Amino acid sequence: MKDFMFIFSNGSSAGNLSPDEMQDNMQQWFAWIEKLKAKNIYVAGEALIPGGKTVSGPKALVTDGPFAESKEVVGGFFIIKADSMEEATEIAKDCPDLPINGTVEVREVMKFDGM
Amino acid sequence: MASAPSSPQQIVDHLFRHESGKMIAVLTRIFGMHNLSLAEDVVQEAFLKAVQSWSFHKIPDNPAAWLMTVARNKALDIIRRQQHFQDLSGELAYHLQHTTESTVRQLFLDTEITDSQLRMIFACCHPSLKEEDQVALTLKTVSGFGPAEIARALVTNEAVIQKRLYRAKQFLKDHTIQLEIPSGQELIPRLETVYTVLYLLFNEGYNSLKTDELIRRDLCMEAMRLCLLLSEHKVGKQPATYALLSLMCLQASRFDSRIDNNNAIVLLQHQDRSAWNKDLINMGYHYLSQSSNGEQITVYHIESAIAAEHCLAPAFADTNWERMLLLYNLLLERKPMPVVWLNRAIVRAQLGETTAAIRDILQLPDIEKLLATHYIYSAVLGDLYLQASDSLHARKYLMQAHTLTPSQAERQLIQDKLRSLDN
Repeated sequence: MKDFMFIFSNGSSAGNLSPDEMQDNMQQWFAWIEKLKAKNIYVAGEALIPGGKTVSGPKALVTDGPFAESKEVVGGFFIIKADSMEEATEIAKDCPDLPINGTVEVREVMKFDGM
Repeated sequence: MASAPSSPQQIVDHLFRHESGKMIAVLTRIFGMHNLSLAEDVVQEAFLKAVQSWSFHKIPDNPAAWLMTVARNKALDIIRRQQHFQDLSGELAYHLQHTTESTVRQLFLDTEITDSQLRMIFACCHPSLKEEDQVALTLKTVSGFGPAEIARALVTNEAVIQKRLYRAKQFLKDHTIQLEIPSGQELIPRLETVYTVLYLLFNEGYNSLKTDELIRRDLCMEAMRLCLLLSEHKVGKQPATYALLSLMCLQASRFDSRIDNNNAIVLLQHQDRSAWNKDLINMGYHYLSQSSNGEQITVYHIESAIAAEHCLAPAFADTNWERMLLLYNLLLERKPMPVVWLNRAIVRAQLGETTAAIRDILQLPDIEKLLATHYIYSAVLGDLYLQASDSLHARKYLMQAHTLTPSQAERQLIQDKLRSLDN
């Protein structure tokens, strides 16, 4: 099994949900995480606080962003186990934020065990 | 690493919806009615934060308190950002900031939250607002429904609701309506508009067969919740409040018995009375007796007494129709409306006065217009003619009702009656 990282960006419609719909969305997240844990493929996950800084270039230039202008904000990540990119992608399709225009970036974690 | 499988975390149904109303009320009291949208934004942010952090970790022990704290801290942030303390001496700035913050903290105490909610109800039910705007604004602001949910509950489209909400908010802003509880002579008339809105909310949920069961139940529950909130506050402890609450409890006790598994209407005489909710009936009796402390008899008292008569009768045949007629006579004095005449006619027919009952309906002013627009008048007339064995007229009115009713369940019921005429 390989490790994959799911990077979640908030759905652009998240701000338009009613309180009941938000609660429902949260309940779906609970259920999803529980399902992944039950299959023993959930390794870790964290939520990220909105906003932050970017440090760039030789002069270590510090800027606010790119978050300030971007509608899609990275809200958190998972690390999960899967046999292949295809399988990981299938799993990502269960993300509860997809119906509210969220996105999941699926990336394989590089392993250096052969070194 | 992965923990043992456990059941997914759960929070109380509608927690967000109910907390939304509380948070908006408190925040609006802090920011002012003209900043209602700001309050809504803060609430939305608090929910987004909750969804994120609770999903990835765990639900806090007291989710409601957690949300309130987030809202309070955001409110304090906004106030700090808006105040220009640097223009003042350090000493004055310190005192001003300190006083403001302690006042804000004070407003987040439980007793103050209830008070703020009540102020919000009064503002949303402002007598200068149109009734339909009052209902939409109350559902949005006090009850935490989204525009799409309100549209579904009131059987209209979202754009219409958005328009009503916009119009209502604009009115409150333009007329600098304050978030306050009316006092003195103003209180009773203001309470009456609140009753009207709650009564409307409840009836939309109870009677409108055009929409799905779930949202209708939500609507009834919400009307009851607000009425209870009102009855528990010192200004709301009025006989009329208890009477309205009693009426809602007694009606709601039959909620599940009115419709069968095929979504067809079950008439009162065919309902399984053992399935009526006993707890709600007992609550209804309790509030009805509380409502009798006072001189005042309102329409809610009488309507509640009528509902109680149905609950008291072990079977439809045992209904005390004489007493029912007296109650309808009383109701007519205070509410001389066609629909009351219509219901009274049904009672008269039960007492064997079918011909008189039919005459009462036909003598209503504007009956031609009523028959042409509201299916219920032709449906009842058709029924009464059926009882009077006048199949010619029965068929005429039932056919008319069949064409007019918007409800599939009602159409089914009328079809069954028409079929019985053929046999």
